[in-house]
Amino acid sequence: MTDTADRTDEIREVERIIIRFAGDSGDGMQLTGDRFTSASALFGNDLATLPEFPAEIRAPAGTLAGVSAFQVHISDHDITTPGDAPNVLVAMNPAALKAELDTIEPGATVIINTDAFEDRNLAKAGYDANPLEDGTLDGYTKIEAPMTSLTKEVCKDIGVKPRDAERSKNFFALGLVSWLYSRPEEPTMIWIREKFKGRDLVIAANEAAYRAGNAFGETAELSASRLAVRPAKLPGGTYTNINGNTALSWGLIAASQQVGLPLFLGSYPITPASDILHELSKHKKFGVRTFQAEDEIAAVGSALGASYGGHIGITTTSGPGIALKGETLGLAVSLELPLIVIDIQRGGPSTGLPTKTEAADLMMAMYGRHGEAPMPIVAPSSPSDCFDVAIEAVRIAVQYRTPVMILSDGYLANGTEPWRLPSVDDLPGLSVEFASQTNGVDDEGREVFWPYVRNDDMARPWAIPGTDGLMHRIGGIEKQDGTGNINYAPDNHEFMVRLRDERIRKIAETIPPLEIKGDADADTLILGWGSTWGAITSAVGRMRAAGDKVAQVHLTHLHPFAPNLGEILGQFENVIVPEMNLGQLTNLLRAEFLVDAQVISKVSGQPFTAGELVARIQEATR
Amino acid sequence: MTAVPLTTKKDWTSDQEVRWCPGCGDYSILTAVQLLMPEIERRREDTVFISGIGCAARFPYYMNTYGMHSIHGRSPAIATGLAMARPDLDVWVVGGDGDMLSIGGNHLIHALRRNVNLTILLFNNQIYGLTKGQYSPTSEVGKVTKSTPMGSLDYPFNPISLALGAEATFVARTHDMDRGHMQEVFRRAHAHKGAALVEVYQNCNVFNDGAFGALTKRDSRDAMLIDLKHGEPVRFGVEQERGVIITDNGAEIVNVADVGEDKIHVHDENADRGVAFALSRLAKDRVSPTPMGVFSAIDRQEYGDAASAQLAAAQEANGPGDLNALLHSLPTWDVS
Ligand code: SF4
Repeated sequence: MTDTADRTDEIREVERIIIRFAGDSGDGMQLTGDRFTSASALFGNDLATLPEFPAEIRAPAGTLAGVSAFQVHISDHDITTPGDAPNVLVAMNPAALKAELDTIEPGATVIINTDAFEDRNLAKAGYDANPLEDGTLDGYTKIEAPMTSLTKEVCKDIGVKPRDAERSKNFFALGLVSWLYSRPEEPTMIWIREKFKGRDLVIAANEAAYRAGNAFGETAELSASRLAVRPAKLPGGTYTNINGNTALSWGLIAASQQVGLPLFLGSYPITPASDILHELSKHKKFGVRTFQAEDEIAAVGSALGASYGGHIGITTTSGPGIALKGETLGLAVSLELPLIVIDIQRGGPSTGLPTKTEAADLMMAMYGRHGEAPMPIVAPSSPSDCFDVAIEAVRIAVQYRTPVMILSDGYLANGTEPWRLPSVDDLPGLSVEFASQTNGVDDEGREVFWPYVRNDDMARPWAIPGTDGLMHRIGGIEKQDGTGNINYAPDNHEFMVRLRDERIRKIAETIPPLEIKGDADADTLILGWGSTWGAITSAVGRMRAAGDKVAQVHLTHLHPFAPNLGEILGQFENVIVPEMNLGQLTNLLRAEFLVDAQVISKVSGQPFTAGELVARIQEATR
Repeated sequence: MTAVPLTTKKDWTSDQEVRWCPGCGDYSILTAVQLLMPEIERRREDTVFISGIGCAARFPYYMNTYGMHSIHGRSPAIATGLAMARPDLDVWVVGGDGDMLSIGGNHLIHALRRNVNLTILLFNNQIYGLTKGQYSPTSEVGKVTKSTPMGSLDYPFNPISLALGAEATFVARTHDMDRGHMQEVFRRAHAHKGAALVEVYQNCNVFNDGAFGALTKRDSRDAMLIDLKHGEPVRFGVEQERGVIITDNGAEIVNVADVGEDKIHVHDENADRGVAFALSRLAKDRVSPTPMGVFSAIDRQEYGDAASAQLAAAQEANGPGDLNALLHSLPTWDVS
């Protein structure tokens, strides 16, 4: 028997582990969680993550407000959520313990940096007594490690100053957790060397801290706590671990390549959308122009200007930005130009919860412009789905010459999952043709170009400046169909309002029919949209495994709906709609289909967990 | 670029009926532009007029070019996106003082500081016309209008000072009563690479008639308009008897005879902008001698060019984008 096999004997295998890393904002917990996730991904686990950080860049150190956490769920089978209650909590200081202890499962393992549990930190976290000693952690498996001092100790030999050494303590935590949960060391070492290239002392300190964490596990005889999660049996292919904002950015680039038009992003920084601006600004070699505008209004204006010029204009923002862009979106509706509008939703109203998730902008996307200003809406359901939805949004925008709203949210934006990379050859083919011919005759018999003559899709020609002979003027004033001439006549406005509505509804003709998942003959349908997909899928899976009959349908297209939605709704006695708002899709369904849909709401800034959904679905159908 | 065919004013005139009030100063500005266009050697197809909302903003409808009549205040932002995406186009922005200095003030100053390749014509009539006569951000203090029956309280913007303060690389002023002067200034503004702002004193004969009458009437021009000419002493007056000197306190009007010809400031469009700023502060009201012409014209990298250069540099360094490589750019693993 080999040595490795010997050691595997000591390690208990489990199907899944949910670990929550928590510490002060300055403790590097996002990075630690991210590294653990990458190592797990490369190891072949299925996984899902939930990063959570405070809105302040640096809230006062050691306080509850400054706690930053990262939850990762690793599994040997297909999973769709970052998990319900964590099995393991890493608490780098008393505030982290206090903030997170309620969220973990009873009897969970709590890994503690004991060095941080001194009087000052305890007081800042609001502890009167030391929770490590007063029985607070009775019933939990406690693993105590003086992470700060041990890290300083090993760094001393390599010549790193104690202050600098302290910063490496998150790698100690990572080393210890990696040992406990049998993660390979190599990916982290490679990453450290690449990330800190040229800073040899930092590399040495981080490597030493990681190994010290590893060694601590061995020498402190923590073997009883060791667990392993086998690689998941996922469909064959090449995988990468991706978050929603990156997938969305790549989807836009892919769509631009497929359709053969350059991207132009006009954006103003806002959490949690800024990472799309950061990501796209890295890809100039794809011909992507990014423009950090002076405000949200200029961001969408510049994108619309670029669309007019024949680019795929994009603007990215969160809810407050959509509110500011409303007038320009109305102009885009009137001009009938392609435009991609991306709302990474967050808790509102107003500044609300910038770093927390919510999906309460659906009504704003539907109706948040003056006048009748219909706009197609699509919503991704998982981080990797952002890629496909970006392509679908571009398809609709260029085929139908319309602004399209993508509703993602903070949970999808920052959460990650393994994604089986598509083959570039299999991506949807997109195409567009700019107008090149005149299409009308004026009063004097001259051949002219009329900007509002329509094709079979009711789309008007996209005639870009520079095209021979097609000079024309467009604007936000009501116009006559066909000629595009200004027209204030009552009948004309009535006609145009109805026409704009109809042409957006017509998009349903090219939306694939919805599929019912689970038990098509069940009484209860769980209907979702957006990022609730993971929790709903997991909840429906659990209920069916327990013998309940339940069906699931998930919407990508929110306006217009897929053509068979009404028919599906008619097949079920109970229609239950989990939403991270007070019932916005529910209201749309009730209005459109006269169906007695019931909402399950959650507006705490946190995504649904599968466990709570099961309970609430059971309650609602009792 | 496709060869530029010979054209006349008629070729640049659209079939739309012009709908400004009879006697409005906008007519003469439109004529000046339509007469100028055949001379500047750009095709109509490559020319775009973008406007916001207001009387002036109707302008694109009357030009037989590409055009967009957008929303209030946003034309500099929309034009910025178009000019960045399509550096091959000749993009003009037209708007009034309410459009560009009030609701759209933010977009104007940022387009100027970025130096986007736009020719911006700011029709300043010191009043809101389309909404029927409220005071504007350039109206004088105390202006009695429908919204200010006891007189306005707001101190006005000086558009030239504002543009200089916003780091504009080309700043000029002209007025609607002198077609030749307008054409010359517009020609210069158009030829400038980067953002060019031209303030056009424009008479709104319905709501603010004669606002600039003391300056622009044919028989007062010699005494009241100070024509800035690059490389020439700044002199004016029927006999060119008056001039401008620059002192520690700014620009001052003097009698040439009092100070001597060699003390008169020689205008240098490319010079330190402090002097241009001082010249922009010379006239304190609309009944004092007022400079016209190009205040400042300096070279600075144009924004769209700079953006295109980054794209070219990225492609040169890394080759054109490869989608498959992008998808594999994060750590990957294989599942069989
Ligand atoms: S209201 Fe004034 S600015 Fe407007 S068109 Fe009439 S005269 Fe011209």
